[in-house]
Amino acid sequence: MIRSEIIKNLVPVLSGQLVVCNIGLPSQEMHMFGDQPSNFYMLGTMGLSSSIGLGLALAQEKTVVAIDGDGSVLTNLGTLPTIANNVRDNFILLIIDNGSYGSTGDQPTYAGKKTSLAAVASACGCENVIECQAEDAVSVMEAAIASKQMTIIVCKCISGNIPVPVITLDPVVIKHRFMQCIDA
Amino acid sequence: MQLDKIIIDAFEKHSIELITTVPCKQLSGVIAELETRESMIHVPANKEDEGMGICAGAFMGGKRSAIIMQNTAIGVTINTLVTLTQYYRLPLPMLISFRGELGEPVVCQVEMAVHTKALLAQLGIPTYHFHNPADVHELDEILKYTFMCNKPVAILTDATFWKGE
Repeated sequence: MIRSEIIKNLVPVLSGQLVVCNIGLPSQEMHMFGDQPSNFYMLGTMGLSSSIGLGLALAQEKTVVAIDGDGSVLTNLGTLPTIANNVRDNFILLIIDNGSYGSTGDQPTYAGKKTSLAAVASACGCENVIECQAEDAVSVMEAAIASKQMTIIVCKCISGNIPVPVITLDPVVIKHRFMQCIDA
Repeated sequence: MQLDKIIIDAFEKHSIELITTVPCKQLSGVIAELETRESMIHVPANKEDEGMGICAGAFMGGKRSAIIMQNTAIGVTINTLVTLTQYYRLPLPMLISFRGELGEPVVCQVEMAVHTKALLAQLGIPTYHFHNPADVHELDEILKYTFMCNKPVAILTDATFWKGE
């Protein structure tokens, strides 16, 4: 199973949730399979999905799911200690770990080699860290949302991409409709 | 110190409820003052771009946010300022210690100081330079302006400002 299949499978579970989508293909896939106003698409700024998600969770009470990738988390590895030390039980970080920089041509990341992001997250002090396989993504996400506990999910899958169109929504429109969902 | 209190009072007056910080020696007092306020969530960040991401999320979540950092961070955060804060039109007051100015004992700080204003100008970021302690009284209007225009705004605070009271 590749990342786009995980995202497609997660669309019903994430319906109506506040979702921060990582730059590049993950955002494009979420947009194609399950666009909704409560999706915040990152059009730039690699690495900050988890940080934006944490800020959102700190500021309000609704559940926030930040979808990140192994390459992006490695870019912003300092995020994991910050998350661990600022626990918000409405925050779920899903790291889809395909061991590669998917949006740039599947170059391998260190997460696909010797580095375990689940072990890194635990070492940083994160308390509910779950490593799962792609096939279990939906059930693990359902349980995480139901648990009302901050959860870090590292979902392993194989690398590979499908063709997806770019997002043409204006960033201010993305922000505006997202903020309207938070106010609602 | 009085300046620390005036600055955090101004943040509080403008309903800033979440502040991320990456420390600088010149900012230790203001960060300590921030820690005393129950109305504000203080989230220390490991790097300034991470802090700006947290601020972006907090603002969209309904809490006004701000970042406190050193001017060397301008070099770290250009991509984030351009593709997140400016691109999505998010307001972000940036209280910045302007290291490498008059009174600086650490020679390497000068290297980033000479680029700081040029970089901020290139990015089109409204920039205010606090040199005299009395300049602090402009902060109230600067914060009002920041949340009016939905832009990142830089407040550079140099060594003369901090030692002058």
